[in-house]
Amino acid sequence: MSDVEEAITRAHHAEWARVVAALTRRFGDLDIAEEAAAEAFATAVERWPTDGVPPNPGAWLTTTANHKAIDRIRREKKRDDKHKEARMVYGDDSLEPLGAIDGAIEDERLRLIFTCCHPALAMQTRVALTLRMVGGLTVPEIARAFLAAETTVGQRITRAKAKIKAAHIPYRVPSVEDLPARVSGVLAVLFLVFNEGYLATGPDTDPVRHDLTTEAIRLTRLIRALLPDDGEVAGLLALMLLTEARRTARISASGELIPLDEQDRGAWDAALIAEGHRLVRERLAAAATGVAPGRYQILAAINAVHTSAHDMCDTDWSQVLALYDQLVRLDPSPIIALNRAIAVAELDGPEVALADVDRLEHGLAGYHAYHAARADLLRRLGRDQESRAAYDKAIDFAGNTAETAHLIRRRDRLR
Amino acid sequence: MQYLVSVIDDKSNPGSTDRRPAISAFNERLVAEGYWVFAGGLADPDAATVIDNRGEQAVFSDGPFVESKEYLAGVWVWEAPDLDVALKLATEASKICDRKIEVRPFL
Repeated sequence: MSDVEEAITRAHHAEWARVVAALTRRFGDLDIAEEAAAEAFATAVERWPTDGVPPNPGAWLTTTANHKAIDRIRREKKRDDKHKEARMVYGDDSLEPLGAIDGAIEDERLRLIFTCCHPALAMQTRVALTLRMVGGLTVPEIARAFLAAETTVGQRITRAKAKIKAAHIPYRVPSVEDLPARVSGVLAVLFLVFNEGYLATGPDTDPVRHDLTTEAIRLTRLIRALLPDDGEVAGLLALMLLTEARRTARISASGELIPLDEQDRGAWDAALIAEGHRLVRERLAAAATGVAPGRYQILAAINAVHTSAHDMCDTDWSQVLALYDQLVRLDPSPIIALNRAIAVAELDGPEVALADVDRLEHGLAGYHAYHAARADLLRRLGRDQESRAAYDKAIDFAGNTAETAHLIRRRDRLR
Repeated sequence: MQYLVSVIDDKSNPGSTDRRPAISAFNERLVAEGYWVFAGGLADPDAATVIDNRGEQAVFSDGPFVESKEYLAGVWVWEAPDLDVALKLATEASKICDRKIEVRPFL
């Protein structure tokens, strides 16, 4: 990647949400904001290689996007809206450069998040919209993250923007009394953003998108600052920190995914683990007083067990399994059941686990992790031919380059 | 911003019939707080007539345009600054009417 390409990628990661948020605020229209932001980045791709990278890429992108938005509004002759017209004429260059007022920017992006996660939108729509508007992911990337068709995701986003506009879904952070109810939808979305960063889906993107995990953690911290007593906010933050702590140990120098049992545990980030453990202990103390933990707190506890162990054998698998049992009761999704089966393999052996995994075929036949789990269990049972076939399927469905590399290596080690 | 607020009843599981006083009190509040534009209860859908005059001559048909278990039992029109305000009122309205409520923006 050239320096300019890198600068564009960096600017996209750092500035996309800011540009969309600022334009939405100014023009009151997500559609205009998204399109103008996309055009501004396209212009950067065109111009920066010859003109050079501007000294303040964020300000350049915001200004360019503003001009694009105004061009579009002029094209569409939306001159009936006098207010918009006035701002269009007089507000053109009066925009403060972004980065000058940090606190306000945080709120600006939160505003965007709460709008994208509005309860009047279907959950899948909220996730898709947030990944597009806040995360800056493309429609194909979002489609992969959801195991959905691109056209479906595209239509979902288009419909959502139309509904926000037609129904006047407000562009603001909810009032204190509404906040707790609005937060769980936001957490689900942030968790998905984190996962997209942790295991990026696109074959053309980096296998781990640190910017997305960092962004998800940053936004979760922000929500924790707003809602310090919400157990699930703390749980999700702990889960993210304990996962992020293993980030560098997860990918080899050659860009291959390293599974938990082969990771250099000395390379884990001790500070993030300590912070994550602190949050889990805080939630355990709350659970002891009778507050039932939600799914993020349980997932965080599972990760706390893993990050407390010196190696794979040292892991308290019965504790892990007990936590998964608790989780299955809250969330009977096949993906949770798949992860539970992996813990079963450590306690009761691969044969028992394989029977559990095989029962999930109906819901997970198109999911690479299902085939990867089967392949691994079959390998451990010495059923190499079946294992190879399962690895082939896993490789077909996997989008993450590091994961694909890992699966290929595992497959090729079979006799 | 105006919203059409539809009260939806269910033939197989109708809401309770003693809601009138509570709805009147709610209406008074809507008026006092400036949200009220219009309200009206509707007769049974069986009392509806559909007219189609797109062809050679007008055709009248007896009954609602769509037959369904769920039907429109009444409507409000509210003036509210945004959907959050309308949804909050609709949440109360659903409890008060003991029926489902649909909130739909006017163009």
